[in-house]
Amino acid sequence: MADVAPFPRRLTRASATSESPLARALLIALALAFLSVVLLLPLLAVFSEALRNGVAAWAAALIEPDALAAVRLTLIVAAFAVPLNLVFGVVAAWAIGKFEFKGKAFLITLIDLPFSVSPVISGLVYVLLFGSGSLLGPFLKSHGIEVLFAVPGIVLATVFVTFPFVARELIPLMQEQGTADEEAALSLGASGWQTFWHVTLPNIRWGLLYGVLLCNARAMGEFGAVSVVSGHIRGLTNTMPLHIEILYNEYNFAAAFAVASLLAALALVTLVLKTAIELRYAGQMAAVRGH
Amino acid sequence: MELSIRNVRKDFGATPALHEVSLDIRSGELIALLGPSGSGKTTLLRLIAGLEAPSAGTVFFGEDDASRRSVQERQVGFVFQHYALFRHMTVLENIGFGLSVRPRAQRPARAEIRRRAEELLDLVQLSGLGQRYPAQLSGGQRQRVALARALAIEPRVLLLDEPFGALDAQVRKDLRRWLREIHDRTGHTTVFVTHDQEEALELADRVVVMSQGRIEQVGTPDEVYDRPAVPFVHRFIGESSQVPVRIADGQLWLDDRALGLPASGSGEAVLFFRPHQVEVLSGCGGCLAGTVTGSRRLAGTRRLELELGGGRHRVEIDVPIEHPAATRSQISFRPRTWRVYPAAGDGSAATAATPAPEPEQTAIAPLALYSIR
Repeated sequence: MADVAPFPRRLTRASATSESPLARALLIALALAFLSVVLLLPLLAVFSEALRNGVAAWAAALIEPDALAAVRLTLIVAAFAVPLNLVFGVVAAWAIGKFEFKGKAFLITLIDLPFSVSPVISGLVYVLLFGSGSLLGPFLKSHGIEVLFAVPGIVLATVFVTFPFVARELIPLMQEQGTADEEAALSLGASGWQTFWHVTLPNIRWGLLYGVLLCNARAMGEFGAVSVVSGHIRGLTNTMPLHIEILYNEYNFAAAFAVASLLAALALVTLVLKTAIELRYAGQMAAVRGH
Repeated sequence: MELSIRNVRKDFGATPALHEVSLDIRSGELIALLGPSGSGKTTLLRLIAGLEAPSAGTVFFGEDDASRRSVQERQVGFVFQHYALFRHMTVLENIGFGLSVRPRAQRPARAEIRRRAEELLDLVQLSGLGQRYPAQLSGGQRQRVALARALAIEPRVLLLDEPFGALDAQVRKDLRRWLREIHDRTGHTTVFVTHDQEEALELADRVVVMSQGRIEQVGTPDEVYDRPAVPFVHRFIGESSQVPVRIADGQLWLDDRALGLPASGSGEAVLFFRPHQVEVLSGCGGCLAGTVTGSRRLAGTRRLELELGGGRHRVEIDVPIEHPAATRSQISFRPRTWRVYPAAGDGSAATAATPAPEPEQTAIAPLALYSIR
């Protein structure tokens, strides 16, 4: 460094951690450019591609019976998977965050398993469990219950893949909050259920909501695991992502992107919902976190 | 409500947090559990509350065996170090919580709960802040709300776990005085945990000094300060200097120097005295003498660090600011008040001792207590 910056210039910075205006502008521009290329452009491409042949063609692709069946199945799967994982996630996070027991570290690792394992393997696990060569599959089949290549299998695979979302969101929160609030409620005479309902649940509600929204987004969008267990029966076991893939493979791009745009819109609605809630309850959330 | 803790033991895994502890607390008393961290004081408090279950022993609330009851049934008011206020409820909702979760048959009407909460809010001098959320209050205010919430359920005993531990010094002092007033007005049997000896001595009717899962001494603030039962209590409460000594010929010796302090028995022992309870002598036949190695100003006095005898035992004494001794390099002094305890691991001195009959003291009585003025 031959040229030493004039001393007074350094003093114009607001604080030790702030950068010069030029550096700030550069960093912001870089971030925006990256976001546009990686996130915004693909999203726009989906919608522009979907509407390429006009709104009528777009709508026609959506109200086509197979497409409607795929939408319905996706919603059904989410309607099962999200509440189940809401309950399991809260229970798992409660156990890990509030109690000390042997094998806790192992349980945390286990909860992460669906994240660390490829979704295809998650699907294959269910094929092994419920396939015709397994012990369970033929037994259930003889009792008239189809799991594989039917709705139960798709729900199971989705539950498996989306399990960590709620639990992962809540575990650090519950660990940080500790058990003092619960102990206070119990010492004041509240029953276990009252304590959970009036104290624990309100303390975690924002984390819980966030986890549920993420879980829902993934449940509707899951491809790999569902693809393995679904069997791709049109109008019966195709979820939206699977339906999109089939249309795409048939070179039916307009229809594929039309359904894709609907799926993307569902995800966007989820995000908008989350942001709206954050804005609406910003003060309350700050109060809860800042305590 | 009297409390009686009988032979209570608590193990966490293989490590005992509390060894066979017994303690009787009189109705309406304000008791401090005082000890360093890891002494088991919080564990004892949580056992009384029912937040922990004892490994052995029983806790009686009056005639009632509380150890058979759950924390909800014990009806204790528990105040936590970090307040544990319900952050999503207003101050009034927090205070009324204990009443509003009662079974329908015993639950007061909503208006009545509110009236009670307002009343308690007045008691803790926070009138008008009922609609605030805990996050909008200062630390001291939050702790007052926590106390009001604990009082709302008309507790049989009030238990406070380091109630002022998270507050700064000035607020702590104010709240201390205020807690004493509340206690005197409501008359609840109150047990609080603290590691701050000043807090314990100022606030409590009796102090329970604990160390390593045992009760070392139970007594009034005067008793534990003036007549510590064991070396630990002497060291832990107030300031202490200690010198290893020998008892022979009816007095104390350091090396081959007689200290001019009478004692009975014989053998190795440890002399304890407090830095401010000494008198500086101008040369002596029997006294403690040492080399000054350091001097520092301490509020109203000057504290000297000395090395005594061939063993260069470090002790501290206080001298008046203007005292000429402060500039000398050699100083002779004698404690005005002192205690002698048998040396650790040496039973001979203990057996030779004449234990002073002192009530309230649970541990071994010290060898001797003398005061010359």
